[in-house]
Amino acid sequence: MGSNMAEAHPVGFQWVMEAKRKGATVIHVDPRFTRTSAVADLHVPIRAGTDIAFLGGLIHHVLENEAWFTEYVRAYTNAPMLLREDFADTEDLDGLFSGFDPGSGTYDTTSWQYEGGTAPPASGQRDLEQDDAEGSAEEAHEHERGQVAGSGGSPVETWPERDDTMRDPRCVLQVLRRHYARYTPAMVHEICGIPEETFRRVADALVRNSGPDRTSAFCYAVGWTHHTVGVQYIRAASVLQSLLGNIGRPGGGILALRGHASIQGSTDIPTLFDLLPGYIPMPHAHRDEDLASFIESNSGRKGFWGDMDAYTVSLLRAWFGDNATADNDWCFDHLPRLTGDHSSFRTVMDQVDGKVPGYFVIGENPAVGTANARQQRAGLANLEWLVVRDLNMIETATFWKDGPEIETGEMRTEDIGTEVFFLPAAAHTEKDGTFTNTQRLLQWHHKAVEPPGDCRSDLWFYYELGRRIKQRLAGSTDPRDRPLQDLTWDYPVDAHGEPSADAVLREINGSGADGELLPGYTALRNDGSTRCGCWIYCGVYADGVNGSARRRPGGEQDLVAAEWGWAWPMNRRVLYNRASADPSGKPWSERKALIHWDADAGRWTGGDVPDFPVDTAPDYEPPEDARAAEAIGGAEPFVMQADGRAWLHAPAGLADAPIPTHYEPAESPVRNALYGQQANPARQRFDRPDNRLHPEPGTPGAEVFPFVFTTFRVTEHHTAGGMSRWTPYLTELQPEMFLEVSPALAAERGLEHGGWAHVVTARSAIEGRVLVTDRATPLRHGDRVVHQIGVPWHWGPNGLSTGDAANDLLGVALDPNVHIMETKAATCDIRPGRRPRGPALVAFLADRRRAAGLED
Amino acid sequence: MGRLSGPLADPSGDAGYADRPERVGFFTDTSVCIGCKACEVACKEWNALPAEDDVLTGMSYDNTGQLGASTYRHVAFVERTVDLGMPGLAGDGGDATEVRWLMSSDVCKHCTHAACLDVCPTGSLIRTEHGTVLVQEDICNGCGYCIPACPYGVIDQRPGDGRAFKCTMCQDRLGVGLQPACATACPTESIRFGPLDELRAEADERLAALHDRGVDDARLYGHDAGDGVGGAGAFFLLLDEPEVYGLPPDPVVTTRDLPSMWRHAAAAALAVAGAVAAAFVGRTSR
Repeated sequence: MGSNMAEAHPVGFQWVMEAKRKGATVIHVDPRFTRTSAVADLHVPIRAGTDIAFLGGLIHHVLENEAWFTEYVRAYTNAPMLLREDFADTEDLDGLFSGFDPGSGTYDTTSWQYEGGTAPPASGQRDLEQDDAEGSAEEAHEHERGQVAGSGGSPVETWPERDDTMRDPRCVLQVLRRHYARYTPAMVHEICGIPEETFRRVADALVRNSGPDRTSAFCYAVGWTHHTVGVQYIRAASVLQSLLGNIGRPGGGILALRGHASIQGSTDIPTLFDLLPGYIPMPHAHRDEDLASFIESNSGRKGFWGDMDAYTVSLLRAWFGDNATADNDWCFDHLPRLTGDHSSFRTVMDQVDGKVPGYFVIGENPAVGTANARQQRAGLANLEWLVVRDLNMIETATFWKDGPEIETGEMRTEDIGTEVFFLPAAAHTEKDGTFTNTQRLLQWHHKAVEPPGDCRSDLWFYYELGRRIKQRLAGSTDPRDRPLQDLTWDYPVDAHGEPSADAVLREINGSGADGELLPGYTALRNDGSTRCGCWIYCGVYADGVNGSARRRPGGEQDLVAAEWGWAWPMNRRVLYNRASADPSGKPWSERKALIHWDADAGRWTGGDVPDFPVDTAPDYEPPEDARAAEAIGGAEPFVMQADGRAWLHAPAGLADAPIPTHYEPAESPVRNALYGQQANPARQRFDRPDNRLHPEPGTPGAEVFPFVFTTFRVTEHHTAGGMSRWTPYLTELQPEMFLEVSPALAAERGLEHGGWAHVVTARSAIEGRVLVTDRATPLRHGDRVVHQIGVPWHWGPNGLSTGDAANDLLGVALDPNVHIMETKAATCDIRPGRRPRGPALVAFLADRRRAAGLED
Repeated sequence: MGRLSGPLADPSGDAGYADRPERVGFFTDTSVCIGCKACEVACKEWNALPAEDDVLTGMSYDNTGQLGASTYRHVAFVERTVDLGMPGLAGDGGDATEVRWLMSSDVCKHCTHAACLDVCPTGSLIRTEHGTVLVQEDICNGCGYCIPACPYGVIDQRPGDGRAFKCTMCQDRLGVGLQPACATACPTESIRFGPLDELRAEADERLAALHDRGVDDARLYGHDAGDGVGGAGAFFLLLDEPEVYGLPPDPVVTTRDLPSMWRHAAAAALAVAGAVAAAFVGRTSR
């Protein structure tokens, strides 16, 4: 679901085809019939943006038919935990949870916590709770101290009350039952457009293939994440898979198919504004926060996050070397501080508003590749300087001379003050390094050829940039330059001046007091004796062997293929694999055995590296004052969670809902059939002239944009086209922009197969050639038919294969947890023929906005 | 060269190779093809073939169209709506239909009896030691006889060059123990390369497994050594009639009837000569 894996991840899809060859059932739930659907056993067309209703229907099916994996659920999930009495569900508040503040559009999540205990989140919204905007920091700090036990304080933490019979009306399982009571097959049909019979086929297949002897997996990609409720899509799958016992077991799980070759790597060692390496939160600009209080408010007492101090101190030692000492708090104050949302979209709107002078664009093509691309271009045009590093002369580097706004006359080259630096980049075949893929697998790639001409690797670029800035600042006495002066920046370079990627990987792996490479993250210390660039990658270079470069073929190994590459953490292939054994440490079944407790040896052992303290016996009960790994009970597999359990209800960490709830997309032609609340109430909105969203269904003007469109990819092109649209062999395979419509919609709108049509929204109108295909099916919801249009997003005006950019159509509405945009469901109109050109396009769009009652 | 048609176990032996490796070929299992076209790109990259016209054909996702002088692999995309013959689920009273999207990577069949080779007047087209059929670019004179001879319409002349080109089964890779580029790039092992006998056995097993699972439409194409080309060196597992994929249902080597045509021609010539002679004889005897 939420993925067109065969087309967007064809290399990984080989394993799906291999599983199918061995008898696995493959089901594809997707708005479009794609190359994935073509080879699936069943394709289920779904209305774009309604997957939570579908998954909620499956959760309802599992709960009402008591199809859940009882022992697993009782022991390994928070189903028995009791919630506070002041918690109120969407069933009580017509689509809102308790704690919503309509003024700010945000939740106070206090009432979502457990009765009698508080669990800090393992990820997500962290380092936020110290000082409220209004409240005094000290007061909040006291409050925090009561909730979270830290390394320095007295760990007085009461544990949540629970009911292991799971019958208490306030226990999570019963709360879930009430929450999903109306997610019936009939409701799934009404919301998703899926016939009840088809829904039952999926539900039966899933239940039949889950339990002690069998497991099922979900694969998703940006079809799930690119929504204003994106995080809740994944949460819904997590709830379902936890109920079915499909987490931590071979063949189970929820697999996030990542978009670029190393996009997983760029969240592990992040390019994200709110994370430090290894998912340590980026500190906020709290008053008087030192390292100890930062750690205290972010690390759980229990589990592997309990050693966040060791991870953070080792990181600071890797970055600042001998300059980081206990006396200067390990240079903790050198880290930048967050003062709010500094995500991509916020930053671009700040560019438009003249608040951002400079911008680096690397491995990305936002002028055509990011939602509301017109707004992106307006931001680019309002900078002092812009650096673009790419393989080809992408639209982001040329918007100032030949962008769409130059054609319409809205921009003139001579008015644009942005100084653009284009730096040619080396391709992956022209440099050493690693890719980290979907299953957290690091794979080394060797340089095959020297990069041509002036092309250089990203590593060279950043190394040189840092070196030259440090040189400039060497004599500075300004305290703000101290972090750069203190930074270690001493990588060996080869004859071409290229820094050694191998040395970088060694630094990431980390080293001990004598410089020896560390074996794994349990060796990290909080006393400054260890250095480590990313704690979850610690061990990739254990014993001086580059684990990521191992390439023993899968056919010569067992099923987990532990000697192909290296998976973080500690080369574990299945996360939380303690859950593959029952509470007493025996496999749930022989067929699905992975690791088990060997009582004689006193160790966990089996076909994977145990994701558990290796000598913690199944019956171990931690003493009250235990902390970190020692506080993990012998039957608590979810070692990153503060309570050791999988969260069906998330008491903390989320901004918009503790339990996944169906909301319509920010733009939808359909009213929410479940609640008065139409869309995610906590979504990030930007109502400004350059970002108008369409009227809600049933309000005046909504009829101007009656159809749904969803963006998609094809195998032949890569993302926004920077790597593929300049390649003749790919261009001949998919030469130009096209639009996929059903025969019914083509008839309704007079669209001709092979002819031109244009898609219209309040943001823009784009054109493409029409592909009329039976693969596109209108969805029937009772009396009503919803048409969906498929719009591929690879194109732009530059290169060999050209076309209008789909992202011009989209407005910006964001998930509040991760600030991701909704690209997979929005509304539009479609008309035959080419779009208006030049100034006529501007007038046409103004007219459309007026018709929809939107202010200009 | 011996026979022009019928079963022939060892075409490279028949062509006179004394010391020869096993005959190799392709088994293209279209039931696991995901239409990624990696075979097309890998083929063009390895063989340094020119890119062709950038035309959106409107034929599903097939913008290649057909095999040709610069296209040695071609992935066909066939969209079909199949009536399942039972009431539909949509509640509109219509029959249930199912959309099928068939994909298949086509290639030169490397026939056991290859008409292109038989008709080549320059000796440019040869049977290789691996049992494949190869055009020698430096010998081809562009006469074009091979083009109408191919029963599948595979081989073609390259515009602006004039010579004929087709799949070489990556002859330059086989010699050093590598697989052809297309089979190497195929992510799902839809294109399998190996000794033809092994591939035929694999194909039988795969077909039986699919039939066991109720995929009744699965069938092999080009697998039978008794067919009109003596069995193809590149054969297929299809999920529908060959015509659906644009393949001829019952291809016959176009030179099959040459010997009997010559016999008939000779007989006719003799008969004519006889008749003429008889006419003269008759006149003189009158």
